[in-house]
Parts: sequence; structure tokens; C-alpha cells
Amino acid sequence: MSKLKLIIKREYLAKVRNKSFVIMTFLSPILMVGMIVLIAFLTEVNDSEKRVIAVLNESEYFSNEFNSTESISYVKYRDLNLEKAMDSTLSMSYYGLLYIPNENSLEKIAKQASFYTQDNAVGYVTERIERVFENRLRRDRLQRLGVSPEEFATIEKDFDLHTSTFKGEENIKGLNMMKAFVGGAFGYLIMMFIIIYGGFVMRSVIEEKTSRIIEVIISSVKPFQLMLGKIIGTSLAGLTQFAIWIFSASLLLVVALLLLDIDLDVMASNHALTSNPMMSMPTPQESEMEFWAKEFFNLPLLLLVISFAVYFVLGYLIYSSIYAAIGAAVDNETDTQQFIFPIILPLMLAIYVGFFSVFNNPHGPIAVGFSLFPLTSPIVMLMRLPGGIGEGGVPLWQLVTSILLLIITFLAIVWLAAKIYRVGILMYGKKPTYRELFKWLKY
Amino acid sequence: MSHILVAEGVSKSFGNHVALSNISLEIPKNCIYGLLGPNGAGKTTLIRIINQISFPDTGKVFFDGELLAPHHIATIGYLPEERGLYKSMKVGEQVLYLAQLKGLSKTEAKKRLKYWFERFEIGDWWNKKIQELSKGMAQKIQFIVTVLHEPKLLIFDEPFSGFDPINANKIKDEILALKEKGTSIIFSTHRMESVEELCEYITLIHESEKLLDGKLSDIKKAYKNNVFDIGLQTEENAESILKSLNGSFQITHSNYNLKENQFDFSVQLPSKDTSNILSKLSTLGNINHFKETVPSANDIFIETVKSKGQ
Repeated sequence: MSKLKLIIKREYLAKVRNKSFVIMTFLSPILMVGMIVLIAFLTEVNDSEKRVIAVLNESEYFSNEFNSTESISYVKYRDLNLEKAMDSTLSMSYYGLLYIPNENSLEKIAKQASFYTQDNAVGYVTERIERVFENRLRRDRLQRLGVSPEEFATIEKDFDLHTSTFKGEENIKGLNMMKAFVGGAFGYLIMMFIIIYGGFVMRSVIEEKTSRIIEVIISSVKPFQLMLGKIIGTSLAGLTQFAIWIFSASLLLVVALLLLDIDLDVMASNHALTSNPMMSMPTPQESEMEFWAKEFFNLPLLLLVISFAVYFVLGYLIYSSIYAAIGAAVDNETDTQQFIFPIILPLMLAIYVGFFSVFNNPHGPIAVGFSLFPLTSPIVMLMRLPGGIGEGGVPLWQLVTSILLLIITFLAIVWLAAKIYRVGILMYGKKPTYRELFKWLKY
Repeated sequence: MSHILVAEGVSKSFGNHVALSNISLEIPKNCIYGLLGPNGAGKTTLIRIINQISFPDTGKVFFDGELLAPHHIATIGYLPEERGLYKSMKVGEQVLYLAQLKGLSKTEAKKRLKYWFERFEIGDWWNKKIQELSKGMAQKIQFIVTVLHEPKLLIFDEPFSGFDPINANKIKDEILALKEKGTSIIFSTHRMESVEELCEYITLIHESEKLLDGKLSDIKKAYKNNVFDIGLQTEENAESILKSLNGSFQITHSNYNLKENQFDFSVQLPSKDTSNILSKLSTLGNINHFKETVPSANDIFIETVKSKGQ
């Protein structure tokens, strides 16, 4: 047992002392934040483009329907024919020309109206114009059925469904978004960890093989001990990195709260009040920032951090033993491609299933299935967990089953990987095929 | 018990490839035992079985009278042919790590390392990384790691590869010194010069089978074929001498030095009996040397492997 400890210690120190580890630990959060800011900035720049649309309206309708907004402004042409209006639109380099002819009925006008642009019109512009027409047409049709404009206005009023859980807890839409965001972030983090740290394990095995130190070590320790020590040592390094991130993130959070002058006590009392359905909508005094912060603290954060650790460790153990077996099977990193793709596939699948299905329906059959299947459960389950455990969240039996399945799979995969590893580390000069790997299992 | 290692009918195959077939060996204590054979003969497989890296399909291995078991690993030292170290790890840390893996405590390992580092005059390497050292330097570190835990049995696989002649000599002296201290040594190689110098016993493995084994001196005796090198100081014409000898003896090659009237030749005798040729030679001139040729390990190696191939 003490040999295993020695190996774990060496692998851990080798990883943690590595310059790239230090750089990655401290630089990547900064990069991440920088990336988010950059994306937000670019989106802003992209959206801030204002499109000018010329309107040639020969009809008696639509005289005040086209009003400039933030993203579209309308220029109204008068007393021009269509040809001249087109020339003018082009020469002024407006985005497009909306032509509304004069006919004897609104229906006909709408049918004949057309929108000219240089190339395909951007989706939201045509949508906006279509909506104006639809609105006008609806009012016109209803009027013909005897509905007055005033009555029409009351018909058109928006409706917000009041949502709540059975416990009486307010189910604010913001919370769902927050859940999706946090769950997605955790799931994504696990995938990145598995790919990055699995890669570390694999490279470390290849390094031992190419430097031939494996020949020296293998006479003192069992291959299985060496593989396990390597995997555990590397995962401890990963957890160290994660702990540093959590610590610095909470530090940053506290600093941010202080800077924004948000009182945690007030927040806590707000939290208590949310169980009262009457009090839950953000009051006007609360800033939007405070609202989001409050929602964030409404999440089962402790559960999330603990289950992240559990799922990360188990998922990582499964995947990195596969990575270790691959490292043992090949002679250099370029040969690993054919084997790595099938490993990354379930991870990608988990992420996509998570984003497209789990967020919309966290407890639907697809979400449940993928959060039980051991190769995808670390990611998918974490995407479901922000909803909590038990009533309204993930049923406890599903959580337990998925962890048990993970443990069983882990044992089976490690057993298989160790067999490949044992043979592979002492094989040189051959690029193995899947069939050969299968043969190694029987040695 | 006079044997450090006994193998009984050890066989091993990988898929369809037979690596060892029915090998039996007895390696006496406190000697240097040469494990010889061409590349791919099965030497490394045998060594890996002794080190319990792989396990025989059939047959048994006994270490110091006991059936080979995991705890014996701590009393075996193995220097593999293909060897290396962690490149980015410091020398001191690395040797301590490897020594501890062999079961030494940290303090004991440090004490012994100090002795060896002073002996090889490499004390100032402690904080260097392996990638800063030359190949020969790294080999020295590996030698130290192999012997540090004072094993009963040492296995050296091509120990001199990577050393310059001076350092190779140093390592050879260390190996002999370890033997003097009572260590048993298995020496695997295909370099025959070092076999002649070091080994008392040898075994020859070829294509997974043992071709011969035993004491090197006995094997050599068995391989003697009554060839003698003879030097003759004579006034007589070389051709007439050849003529007079060729009738009754088989001369393999000859050389006549005119200036010094020196005639050197080798002769193949039909039996061990030398009286016949000696009496004949004494009539022709003065004999200045008469020596039975002993086959070198190299000759035996090549001859045995060749005859097996036919």
C-alpha cells in the first residue's frame, strides 16, 4: 500500500510543480472571464448596427405603423414612383425598400406589398415588418366582425402565466435560467476536466514508455499499482486546481458583493421570504444584479459542489483509465487519435443532450436515461442537479442508482484497462489495432 | 541450498509466438552467470519471469529455495537493457523515489546513496535534472539504483551499453566487487568478450530453447577439438616441412618468416595424443611454442547456434 502512496505522491508533485499547471490554474479563470466579456462586447457591437429602411407607401393605411426602433429606423418616401424610390434607396445605401401599393382593400394591399433588399433580408427585419402587417390585418378583420379598436386593444393584452411549485415556492423564470446556466457550467467543467486530465494521464504513460523508465519501475511495482497511482495522483492535482478555483471564485464573489454594496443578511432574509408566494417578484427597489445574486444563492450550492466532486472523481476515474490504457498501447501521441475519438464521443453527446434536452425538461425520459448511463451521467446528472434532490428535483433513487452504476462501471473498466496497460507498457514499435488490444485482454 | 535460482521446465508463449519452451536452469549462489543468446532468443522474457513482471505458462521458479513470490522482488535488482529515467525529475528525488519503491526507508536510502555518489564522484549531480546529464551519466545513476537495496540477486541486461571504455571498466570492477561481497549475478548479453572476463557459468538460449549450459571452463573443454598452434625455428625449406608433415597431420594454416627462419602453423590432430607430432617436429628444428587452442565463448556461441540451425 505504501508503494501506491509513493506513486501517488510522485505523480501529484510532478503535475503540480509543472509550470503549465501553475499557469493554467491562475490564467484560465482570467481567460474565461475575458472570453465572456469579449463575447458580450462583440454581440453588443454586432447588434448595435442600425438598419435604415425606406418606405414607399401609396396606400391610405400604415401611416403611423412604421415607427423607428433601436435597431430599425424608417424613412418615408412621398410622391415617388417605385423605380425612383429604388434608385434612391440604393444611392442612399439604405438597407431596403418596403413598397406598399394602393389598392381598394387592405387584404389586396398586403398581398401586393413587397420588400426589396440588396441580398437576403435579415430574419428579424422581415419578422418585424410581417408582424406590423399581421397586426393591422387582424384588427381590420376583427373590425369587420364588429370589434371596436378599444375592444381590440384589450384582446391584445399580454398574459403572464403565474407559475409555482406545489410547495408554494415561486417558480420564477429567472431561476430556471440560472439553473440551466449553473448546471451547464458544471457539466461543461466536468467534460473539460476529463479531457484535459485524461490527456495528462495518457501523456504521462507515453512518457514513461518512451523514456523506458517503465522497464526500471515495473520490476518494483505491479503495473496495476502504477496505473492506479498515476490516475489518483493526477486526479488529486485536478481537485487541487478545482479547489483553488472555488476558493478564488468565492473570494471574488465576496469582493463583488462588497463593492456592489449587497448585504448578505438582507439576502438571507429575502431568501426566507421567497417561500411566501406574494413577495417573490423582484421589487422595484432591488437592482437586477441583486435579483440574480439572490437567485444564485437560492440554488443548492453545497449539493452541487459535493456532487461535482463525486461525479468528477468517478467519471474521471473511468475515462482516465481508458486514457491510461491508450497511452500504454501506443508509442507516441500521434498514434492516439484513432482511439481518442470514441472516448470523446459520449462526452460530446452528454453535453449536447444536456443543452438541447435537459434544460427544457430536466426530468423527462431522455434526461433521466442519460443521467443514469455511466458514460454520460457525470455530465447530464450535474445539469439536472441545480433543481435539487427530492420533490421537484432529481429523485433520490436516480441519484443513488447513477452513482452505483458509475462505481460498477469504474471497476469493470479499470479491470479491462489494467489488462491492456500491463501488456502495452512493455510493447514497443507496433501501432496496435483494436483486434490486437482485444487479444491483449486474454494474455 | 547452493542455488540462488532454479527454473524447472519454464514455458511462455504470447499468442502463437513461443518465447520460452521448457527451460530449466540452476544458478549457483555467489557467481556470475551468463545468460547468452542472439536477439529475440527469449532472454528478456526469462528475466521478466524472474522479476515477476510476467508469469510462466507452465513450470516453476524457485528463489533461494522458496517458490518465487512477490516478496522476493525486494531482494532482486534488475538493470534492464532498455532503461531510462524521468527526464524532468531531479536526480536526487528520482533515486530516492526508486529506492523507496524497492522498499528502502527514506533515511536508509539517503545514507546509502551518499556512499554511492561519493564512490562514483557524482555528489554534485543531486539537484540536476536527468535531461541535463549525458547518457553515460544517466547510466551510472541507473546502476546505483539497481544495486542500492543490496539485493541477493542482481540481473544485468547488457550493462555496458552506453558506457565509454573507462566507465565500462569501472562498472565491471563494481560488478566483480559485488560478487566478492556474496551477491549472485545474472549477466545477460550477446557480447562475448565480457562473458570470457566475467562469467563462471553460462547458459545459451536460442529460439526459445536452451542449447547448452554449465561451467564455462567445462564447456570450453568439451568444445576443444585438438587444434594446436606451433612455432618452429628451422633452417629447412618450408615446403619440404609441409610435405613431410602433411602426410600424417592436417595442417590448417601456416606462415613462414624467411628472415628469422620462423615457421608458424596450426595443426589438427586426430586425438589428444601429442607424442607423435612432437617427436616428428624435434627432427625438423627447435620448437619455440606448442599450444593447444581453446575455443572462445564467441566461437562456441556461433558454432552452437549454427549447428542448431542446420
